[in-house]
Amino acid sequence: MPVLSILFALFVMGIFLTVFFMEPGRGIRFALSRTLEAYGEMLSWPFGNLYGFYETLNKMIPLAFVGLGLCIAYRMRIWNIGGEGQLYMGAFAATWGALFLFNDLQSPLLMACLVISMGAVFGAIWGLIPAVMKAFAKTDEIVVTLMLNYVAIFWVDYLVYGRWRDPAGFGFPLTAEYPAAARLPRIFDGNVQIGLVFVVVLAVFLEYVYRRTSWGQKSALIGDNIQAAIYAGVNIKLFTILALLASGAIAGAGGAVQMMGAQHRLQPGFSPGYGYTAIIIAWLGKLNPIGVVVVAILFGGLLVGNEQLQMFYRVPIALVYVFQGLVLFSLLGGEAISRYRIRFHKRGDE
Amino acid sequence: MLEMKDIAKSFPGVKAVDDVSFVLKSGEVHTLLGENGAGKTTLMNILFGIYRQDSGEILIDGKHVKISSPHNAIAHGIGMVQQHFTLVPSFTVAENTVLGLRELGVFPRTGRVERRIRELGDTYGLKVDPDARAWTLSVGEKQRVEILKILYTGAKILILDEPTAVLVPHETRALFDALRKMKEADTSVVFISHKLDEVMQISDRITVLRKGLAVDTVDKKATTKAALAKMMVGRDLLVDVPRTDVETGSKILEVKNLRVNDDRGLTAVNDISFTVRAGEVLGIAGVEGNGQRELAECIYGMRKPLNGKVFIDGQDITRTPVRKRVQLGLSFIPQDRKGMAISPNLSVEENLFAKNYATQSVPSHPLLSNRTGVSTASRKLVRDFSIVTPSEKTRAKYLSGGNIQKVVLARELSSSPKAVIAAQPTRGLDVGAMEFVYKTLLEQKKKGAAVLLLAGDLDELFRLADRVAVIYGGKLVGYASPDSSNREKIGLMMSGASGAGDEA
Amino acid sequence: MSDIVPFVVFTLQAAVRAGTPLLFAVLGDILTERSGVMNLGIEGLMLVGAISGFVASYSTGNLFLAIVVAMLAGAALGLVHAFFTISLRVNQIVSGLAITMLGTGISGLWGKGYVGVVAQRFTPMRIPLLSDIPYIGTIFFNHSLLVYISYICVPLLWLFVYKTKYGMTLRAVGEAPEAADSRGINVFAVRYFYTVLGCSITAIGGAYLSLAYNSMWIENMTAGRGWIAIALVLFATWDPVKALFGAYLFGGVTALGFRLQAIGADIPTDFLRMLPYLLTVVVLIFTSTEKLRLRVGAPATLGIPYSREEKT
Repeated sequence: MPVLSILFALFVMGIFLTVFFMEPGRGIRFALSRTLEAYGEMLSWPFGNLYGFYETLNKMIPLAFVGLGLCIAYRMRIWNIGGEGQLYMGAFAATWGALFLFNDLQSPLLMACLVISMGAVFGAIWGLIPAVMKAFAKTDEIVVTLMLNYVAIFWVDYLVYGRWRDPAGFGFPLTAEYPAAARLPRIFDGNVQIGLVFVVVLAVFLEYVYRRTSWGQKSALIGDNIQAAIYAGVNIKLFTILALLASGAIAGAGGAVQMMGAQHRLQPGFSPGYGYTAIIIAWLGKLNPIGVVVVAILFGGLLVGNEQLQMFYRVPIALVYVFQGLVLFSLLGGEAISRYRIRFHKRGDE
Repeated sequence: MLEMKDIAKSFPGVKAVDDVSFVLKSGEVHTLLGENGAGKTTLMNILFGIYRQDSGEILIDGKHVKISSPHNAIAHGIGMVQQHFTLVPSFTVAENTVLGLRELGVFPRTGRVERRIRELGDTYGLKVDPDARAWTLSVGEKQRVEILKILYTGAKILILDEPTAVLVPHETRALFDALRKMKEADTSVVFISHKLDEVMQISDRITVLRKGLAVDTVDKKATTKAALAKMMVGRDLLVDVPRTDVETGSKILEVKNLRVNDDRGLTAVNDISFTVRAGEVLGIAGVEGNGQRELAECIYGMRKPLNGKVFIDGQDITRTPVRKRVQLGLSFIPQDRKGMAISPNLSVEENLFAKNYATQSVPSHPLLSNRTGVSTASRKLVRDFSIVTPSEKTRAKYLSGGNIQKVVLARELSSSPKAVIAAQPTRGLDVGAMEFVYKTLLEQKKKGAAVLLLAGDLDELFRLADRVAVIYGGKLVGYASPDSSNREKIGLMMSGASGAGDEA
Repeated sequence: MSDIVPFVVFTLQAAVRAGTPLLFAVLGDILTERSGVMNLGIEGLMLVGAISGFVASYSTGNLFLAIVVAMLAGAALGLVHAFFTISLRVNQIVSGLAITMLGTGISGLWGKGYVGVVAQRFTPMRIPLLSDIPYIGTIFFNHSLLVYISYICVPLLWLFVYKTKYGMTLRAVGEAPEAADSRGINVFAVRYFYTVLGCSITAIGGAYLSLAYNSMWIENMTAGRGWIAIALVLFATWDPVKALFGAYLFGGVTALGFRLQAIGADIPTDFLRMLPYLLTVVVLIFTSTEKLRLRVGAPATLGIPYSREEKT
């Protein structure tokens, strides 16, 4: 079913592309062949070529980080839409640490620990605000986390356009580059940032948490029926706060890793909406850590493929969003339809 | 005037209604009698257009009709009061009454509606303030609104699904008076019930259902309670569980001057004090909505009291969290089975061990759960409590009501609690499951647990309780000994007529 | 301090201007949410409204047609949301976000050729007599036609929601769908209808941006207004009249930011841009009690798909 869904999305997208490639004076056949050619490029590079696949993995890392963080909250039906803001706060804190607080530090290991922790702490703070409001004032967390996204983005804007702007940056809104000690090592001959390892470790760790620990058991209780959880003696306020804290901390750490591993400097719009895409990834991964990583690879590949299109076919970036939206809806639709089918099937059986 | 012919309806796994035929004459009260799960409600839901029958046909005044939706049913002059009331909380009584009606103008004029509601209320003795918001009404008032809603549409067929379950004796009498008046006005009533006394009081004819099959339709005058009971259950009625007298021990559960608010911030429990001793069952009789839920939740620790204290075994637990109370040996069988007692999408096993993190009845480390231990123990519980389930990994929501309750009992009672709070533990269960609940609770008593039983059904209280206290408007209004001769007196206290009780 | 009065008047006038796109979005979303459907797609819907209205105005020069086209575009996306959330019962949050993505993408793609282009636009019209009232006239009655339409929409929608039988049906469906169902109201149809209608009204908010406020197409020109609108719906407790105050309050905060900048106040612009979002967070703390929700008839089933089988 997922394969069918993606084929369907590709088909609809094909219509968009064909229209885009239409040129006056040339027939539809030309546009169609361009479309097919473009598809070939878009799919073969990120998934069929080793170096393309490395790129896919790199793109997947921030998506997976935020997505894994969101799972923690979503499993308890706490709707953290603030992944983007938490990612930005993590990136901000990492930059603060790497450039201003610990810039004299020589040990890469100590640097990494300190800077990633800073990212996690600030991401966690961004999760704590809606958590406390939800736990003590019953405020809707969806709206609060949404609003905080913008606060974080504008905060980063303020810094890179103003106080932190690199004097040697030719007036571009960028901070200075991180010192060498604040850059994470890379793996696969330097092709993939080490964040990949963190993601895999984190996913495995979360799988274990959900399968074998009492945290996992309690969060399942909360997620399924909050009344039953209160009845079983679970401290809902505490869990709400912890879940959003953890959720924000992981996204924040993701921001820090992205800075230290890939970007090496803070710049506005460093995230093309990773935080929002991650919401969808978490959902499509059925809130299973391993599932999230798999879906994140798919979406990372989509991003890479679309970059190819932008470069070689001068397709506008907006097309990425269209395509993401299409893939999403067809995956969601496919899932919903197969759910119905199973239900009918069951009914038929008995 | 109405005929249902060979109606059948299946749900996954069950044949809910199996070729049932049913004839309703005009101006009669026709009772559908049967145990829970016999198919009474399903049959009527088909008539009211909520379900579509798999086969069979419906005729009104000799004409074939297809009832595809409640709207359709209303158009055919059929109205139904469900067990779960369907009122819009923020709407007034008048607004609820006219919601969705075709006759309504674009700008509804509630003045006329209100006058008509008052008229109807006067005619049938169903008084209610048409201007009150639905969320402020009591359960009895809500039911009256539901009936008025139907009368307002001028329906000729009124279906009432277990209407007396939420009423006190004198409210039931008022309802029956109203039904008789409707009969005079040529309205037909389908009365769904499993309470034989009431059935004999109000019915003209009775159709008995058992396991989805129609056993027979009889004239009330030509039958007896015993005969009906036999038809309904297929064997003789509930054997009277002998009440074993147990030597009562020390004070286990003690409540002093408890005052608790409900979700709306209104006082629900008002200065209640009582004690339950080891080996004793204290019954609290009352109509639903008189503070029982808040009282139980407060003792168990889910709701903070404004005032007062709760003790278990002499220890003050007023400020103790639920987890600790569970560890101290407090068990709670909540009234809202699917909404609170279980997590419907989790497995039977997960539900059986939802509190294991606190009780450690199967030792399990918080960072590495003891999977094999839990599975073994849950298989044993499934066997011991004869829970019927495909496997212990099945989602709890796929179990029948009786088996869900057994899961709850297994979890709450297998750890030999010191005190048990049981709120409406047999609501909606069939006779077999009911017997099981009685037996298990009495076993607890024999083991020396203090049992607090909150119930509305007097028969249940008489069968189980050693003492009965009556709750009304959040207060304990008196005590009585659990004796059938006290039925009328307890009923009066439950309805708020004060000063009828003994002091205990 | 003689220039304080004109400063206030112009700020308030700008508040109305800046509040109007929010107002349309909030009014539309009130209808959708009242029926029990949550919509996080506002941002995307506004963008699609903005570009489709702009393109229609550019190619036909007919502003009436432009608004109709914007509404139809909003309705089309609304239909997608309705199909996924109501029929397929997909999580409403996820579907809404996907709508935003799709809308952002489509508008960007479609608007590629319209950047820097000039189209027919709404120009301010003074209302005779009313605009001569000192201060009030300048603040409220010297705007484009769309602003006046929004003035009319507010009381009309208020009447519609609270005083008509259709409004009763709408509120019942959001608050107690099983009650509505038992009265023969088709819950699915009502939700479909108001989701689509709400989305089309929301799209007008976007069209206002490209045809009156900025009077041109800029990629991502909504700049987060859609998200604020979602917060405002909560703030207004689903009441169109309160929505008016909320929208102007937030419009005012935006306008004040620009004004302060214009007179050279030394506050970083990014802080001023943060202000509406921070304000929302603070305001929300005070508007979320259970009793209030009951009293205003909050759509209790917001976010929960309706299914008759599961209820019984």
